[in-house]
Amino acid sequence: MSDRLRSALRWESGLALLVLIIGVVGVTVSAQFLTSNNLFNVGLSYGEIAIMTLPMTLIIISGEIDLSVASILGMCSALLGVLWAKHWPMLGIFALIAVVGLAAGAVNGLLVTRLGLPSLAVTIGTLALYRGIATILLGPNTVANFPATYTNLGVNAVPFTGNAMTYSVALFIVLAVIFGVVLHATPFGRSLYAMGASAEAARFAGIRVKRNKTILFMVSGLVCALAGVLWTFRLDTAVQNNGVGLELDVVAIVLLAGVSIFGGKGSIIGVVLAVLAFAGLQSALLLTNFNQEAAGIVTGALLLLSVFGRNAAALSGRFRKWMPARPGREPGHPAADPSPIPPTASTPP
Amino acid sequence: MSTTLVSRSERPPAAAGPSARRLTERAFRIRESGIIVVLAVFVAVTASVQPRFLNITNIQFILINTTVFALLALGETMVVISRNYDLSVGSVLGLSAYLSANLFGQHHGIPIVAVFLAGLGIGLACGLLNGIMVSAGRVPSLVVTLATLYIFRGVDILIVGGKEVVASSLPSAFLDIPKATVFGIPDLAIAIAVVIGIGAYYLRSFRSGRELYAIGSNPDAARLAGIPTGRRVFMAFMVSGAIAGVAGVLWAAQYGTVDSTAGTGYELQVISAVVVGGVAIFGGSGSAVGAALGALLLNTISSALYVLGISPFWDQAIWGFLLIVAISVDRFISVRLTAALRVRGARHE
Repeated sequence: MSDRLRSALRWESGLALLVLIIGVVGVTVSAQFLTSNNLFNVGLSYGEIAIMTLPMTLIIISGEIDLSVASILGMCSALLGVLWAKHWPMLGIFALIAVVGLAAGAVNGLLVTRLGLPSLAVTIGTLALYRGIATILLGPNTVANFPATYTNLGVNAVPFTGNAMTYSVALFIVLAVIFGVVLHATPFGRSLYAMGASAEAARFAGIRVKRNKTILFMVSGLVCALAGVLWTFRLDTAVQNNGVGLELDVVAIVLLAGVSIFGGKGSIIGVVLAVLAFAGLQSALLLTNFNQEAAGIVTGALLLLSVFGRNAAALSGRFRKWMPARPGREPGHPAADPSPIPPTASTPP
Repeated sequence: MSTTLVSRSERPPAAAGPSARRLTERAFRIRESGIIVVLAVFVAVTASVQPRFLNITNIQFILINTTVFALLALGETMVVISRNYDLSVGSVLGLSAYLSANLFGQHHGIPIVAVFLAGLGIGLACGLLNGIMVSAGRVPSLVVTLATLYIFRGVDILIVGGKEVVASSLPSAFLDIPKATVFGIPDLAIAIAVVIGIGAYYLRSFRSGRELYAIGSNPDAARLAGIPTGRRVFMAFMVSGAIAGVAGVLWAAQYGTVDSTAGTGYELQVISAVVVGGVAIFGGSGSAVGAALGALLLNTISSALYVLGISPFWDQAIWGFLLIVAISVDRFISVRLTAALRVRGARHE
């Protein structure tokens, strides 16, 4: 346990160093890097992605994955546009969108936990399904002209922050604290690590694995709905392809944060640092006239670096976590269990 | 067999003998004929509403549109059967499509075969990178290929910039490749069917092909049984890369215009086709023919919607829904099959 804690801390301090290096490099390549104007723009560009990484972290720690996040964002954005065009009152729209987000997450969660389907496949399916619903709702249309009270989200900064902090970033900070406390300091949060390490063992220990995972997917749906609203207002547009492809960015950040793809490991501090590294790097590249669309090269390289960096641990049990259908040996933690022979093999006849 | 004191529940179902194998094979055949039935129902319903659906031009159109996907699905099938994922196929396709089509403009009179070889080479190089990192680096393929999805696309964007290859720069013999027909059937579709047939035969009847299934069913057991798992998985990635490279050249021939967005998002469509076609997302079962049928089914649905005058915006929602139905059916079959095999195993004692 203390070993794992130590290795986690080492990872996070590595990330902090990376953020620092990116900051220094950013300041040296461009005087604009640390200006409030640039910070504001970076916050605008990556606020929604940052918000969506939080529930994704919890889901991956619990041993599942949710690839439908960007589609839920898109679906809620489309719904917002359609209903606004029909002159619904804004509060009613918000309420409905929250319900839709929760429902979308519940569909994912129930398919995964009650039907025992692999979350990877389920959420690829709902990725298409929810995006499909967004396109059915809006078709080729674009809805704009949302009330200025709301679209100012994309123009104004939070007061007393020197015009540097967007509302989406403020929301991210608040949510990060909430998610951090829930993950690290409540029985529910700790149960996610247990589920991620071994769903079977967690169940025998009395953890309500299915219920907790369903809750996670529902929370993810709700948070993505919120991100959808922010996205729509900041761009003042609802189109069917809002946020398309963001799921890969979200997953990349969470993995960069040191969250194990096999579940059971990771921290919110790591995710916050990874968000900073990701956004800082993209911004630095933008300021150096690097082709912004090709910035994916750097994201990809960071991702590879992060997995090769932590390669040694947790590799023995490839993807067992997403396989409720096949009970078997749970992936061992090499540090704790150096023997390659599964314990069941030595049971006397 | 029944003289040893093995309790019924511990006994592996596969040990029940040839009748169990027959039952298993029948179950998979039922699964594959299921796709054919769905396909037939779709075609019949669509054709009864709109007979134009069955005219030769439309069938040719569907077949040609399916070729690239069916080809990609073949490579993806090999990877998925071994319990890995190749998310980079869309990016490899894009890179190969631009670089190979661009050769026509740079070297006038270059033989078409040389261009296909160039595409193959680009694909092999990408597959090599993926394969080395997954099998030698022992890093989860989902993460590696998520990273290379970004990296290959980023390299593509850096090379292409704002340029594009236009149809007028391509020789007409090249653009005619998808148009040639024999007895009304596109040459290309026949060629691809042959390639898929070879792939299916290889997976079914060759030792190294069978070993991919063993690896996918249980990587640890496969390693302990002496299967060179690293080399087999490496080979699967090489094949998938090579196929994506060739598919890129075909893509260029089919569309004529290639910019840096070619093939974006194909990875999820290909994985959907593979899973709808009955390849288990956690490896160990499925066939290349099933995956090709899955690709055909998804393309037929798109075309049917178009012919029926239903907005193409329904396309994505339907395919997402179909994917979820497919994995639910798979789960149902596997649960029933396991139960049936256990009963048989008990009877044989």
